[in-house]
Amino acid sequence: MTSARAQLPKSPTGILGIDEITGGGLPKGRPTLICGSAGCGKTLLAMEFLVRGATQFDEPGVFMAFEETAEELTQNVASLGFDLNDLVQHKRVVLDFVYIERNEVEETGAYDLEGLFIRLGHAIDSIHAKRVVLDTIESLFVGLPNPLILRAELRRLFRWLKTKGVTAIITGERGDETLTRQGLEEYVSDCVIVLDHRITEQTSTRRLRVVKYRGSIHGTNEYPFLIDESGISLLPITSLGLQHTITNERISSGIPRLDAMLGGMGFYRGSSVLISGTAGTGKTSFAAHVVDAACRRGERVLYFAFEESANQITRNMRSIGIDLHKWMQHDLLHFAATRPSFTGLEMHLTLMHKAINHFKPQVVVVDPLNSFVVVDNVPEVKAMLMRLVDFLKLQQITGLFTSLTAGGDTIEQTDVAISSLIDTWLLLRSIELGGERNRGLYILKSRGMAHSNQIREFLLTDHGVELRDVYVGPSGVLTGSARLAQEAQEQAAQVLRQQEADRKRLELQRKRTQLEAQINAMRTAFAEQEADLLQSIEQEQMRETLLLREREDMAQSRKADAPANPHTGDPA
Amino acid sequence: MRQKKPRNATQAFEAALERTQTTTYVLRLYVAGTTPQSVQAIATVKQICEDHLHGRYELEVIDLYQKPQLAAGEQIIAAPTLIRKLPLPLRRIIGNMSDTERLLVGLDLHVKS
Repeated sequence: MTSARAQLPKSPTGILGIDEITGGGLPKGRPTLICGSAGCGKTLLAMEFLVRGATQFDEPGVFMAFEETAEELTQNVASLGFDLNDLVQHKRVVLDFVYIERNEVEETGAYDLEGLFIRLGHAIDSIHAKRVVLDTIESLFVGLPNPLILRAELRRLFRWLKTKGVTAIITGERGDETLTRQGLEEYVSDCVIVLDHRITEQTSTRRLRVVKYRGSIHGTNEYPFLIDESGISLLPITSLGLQHTITNERISSGIPRLDAMLGGMGFYRGSSVLISGTAGTGKTSFAAHVVDAACRRGERVLYFAFEESANQITRNMRSIGIDLHKWMQHDLLHFAATRPSFTGLEMHLTLMHKAINHFKPQVVVVDPLNSFVVVDNVPEVKAMLMRLVDFLKLQQITGLFTSLTAGGDTIEQTDVAISSLIDTWLLLRSIELGGERNRGLYILKSRGMAHSNQIREFLLTDHGVELRDVYVGPSGVLTGSARLAQEAQEQAAQVLRQQEADRKRLELQRKRTQLEAQINAMRTAFAEQEADLLQSIEQEQMRETLLLREREDMAQSRKADAPANPHTGDPA
Repeated sequence: MRQKKPRNATQAFEAALERTQTTTYVLRLYVAGTTPQSVQAIATVKQICEDHLHGRYELEVIDLYQKPQLAAGEQIIAAPTLIRKLPLPLRRIIGNMSDTERLLVGLDLHVKS
């Protein structure tokens, strides 16, 4: 949409969004056809174009109405804050009601619409109008006979409008096969915009589409638009790219221990945070902490509540010691509580955009996301949320979403499958153990930071959410009183082990003593035996000596001269 | 634009007859410049008035180019347009008046013939 090249001169509508998708407005000096079925906002779009032209762009305009009188028109658009009477008095706008009553008119031969030309020409000249609306010129076919003449005259009218140099809007009722009942699109072919009013799932959404725009690029999608007290607003929400600037700034979640888990500093500003969990796990309480922390920093928070009213949330959060009401009074917190069935998806998105643009928050909470999901609209919901996330990121707004996980589902599956869009995903689950439910918190992912991978148990106390370490032991993760019991058991077991060790130490001591006693006894026995043996050895030696002495004595007494044979002992 | 309700159909018919024969006609013919259609329309209307309403009609021919502001006030879109202001009800007759039969019907003058 940002083309520096020479383009058709354009006439800005001043209507939020339409100038964006048409690249600057309607073709200047040419007629534009706006068609659509009854009640889809043709007249209003045309009127807003005219009024904004007169008030914002110094382009006075003529509104030629074929269906409503000037008074009716004035009353109808007064509710949108347009004071037509004032504009008429100041010669910025001319309202001309063309009244045709079929049964008052008798045709007596060829005629032309020169009367209309003169009338319109006079109105244009009287205020130097640059813009003209013909609403709905097809009524002429009902009021005047001879369609052939009318067609030729309309063709001439549109050509004449071009030569007059006015930017014109011609509205037309939608036909069966054609865009308009009388096939006006044949004559007005520079720019054709179709409005639509569709009802799906009992909710209606108005949509706008630029069918053609000669000589200009334009958004081709269907864009939902909204009619409210400030007129029409349309959001070209699919034209966004992935070029948002990012920041390294971190913001606290309001729970110090959670910040510690998130790399010590909390979320990134402008990131998208998902808190998912089963029913009653404290998603809203977490969200309230984030809200409270943001408000404490002086930031503005917009809270879209789809299941609870603002009062209910503030009351409930007071029970955990968070006073949201205070922030509402300081105008830092604003609740936008609606039912998901209030409007269609696109309209919700449009309303959210509008509210965000108006309130300019730094943090947006959507609680819960998946209330949008009805039967089989998951792809639509995802598309819508993607656009919402994109929009928030583009504005550097931190988005906090909660999502209710159905009990039976895989816990890591969000209904709307948006996990890929999420930067930080906190999972809350209730851990059922030992006849009680306790709440556990995981960080499933957190892009761009070193985060804790540990499960934490948390308690909802009267001063907010409190995180505890969970017991992780051989028999699994234990929480609540089971954790306490297990801790007691552990302690008992430890005492037992201590006693066992003591006992063993004593036994060892005893064994050592026993062994030493045995060693002593054996040593004593050995000493005795040694003494005995030594004694007998001595006796043997003495006996030997004695024997030798006896033999010498014997030899002496025999007076043997030869020495005794040492071998036989006998003399030779 | 509705008249006071007559008591019955016969009376209404007689009253209407009475009116067309006696009341004064006030006619305005709006044309856009001197196109052949304008010329033809002016001539035809004048002729018809002379023939059927001699002495009891006022005919004003207005060129819309001269007085464009009248177009909005008189709710003119087609040209030429003949407006029968009186007798009521108001009637508009558009076209070049070449179909005199329909012109007479439009002026409620055919009942006489």
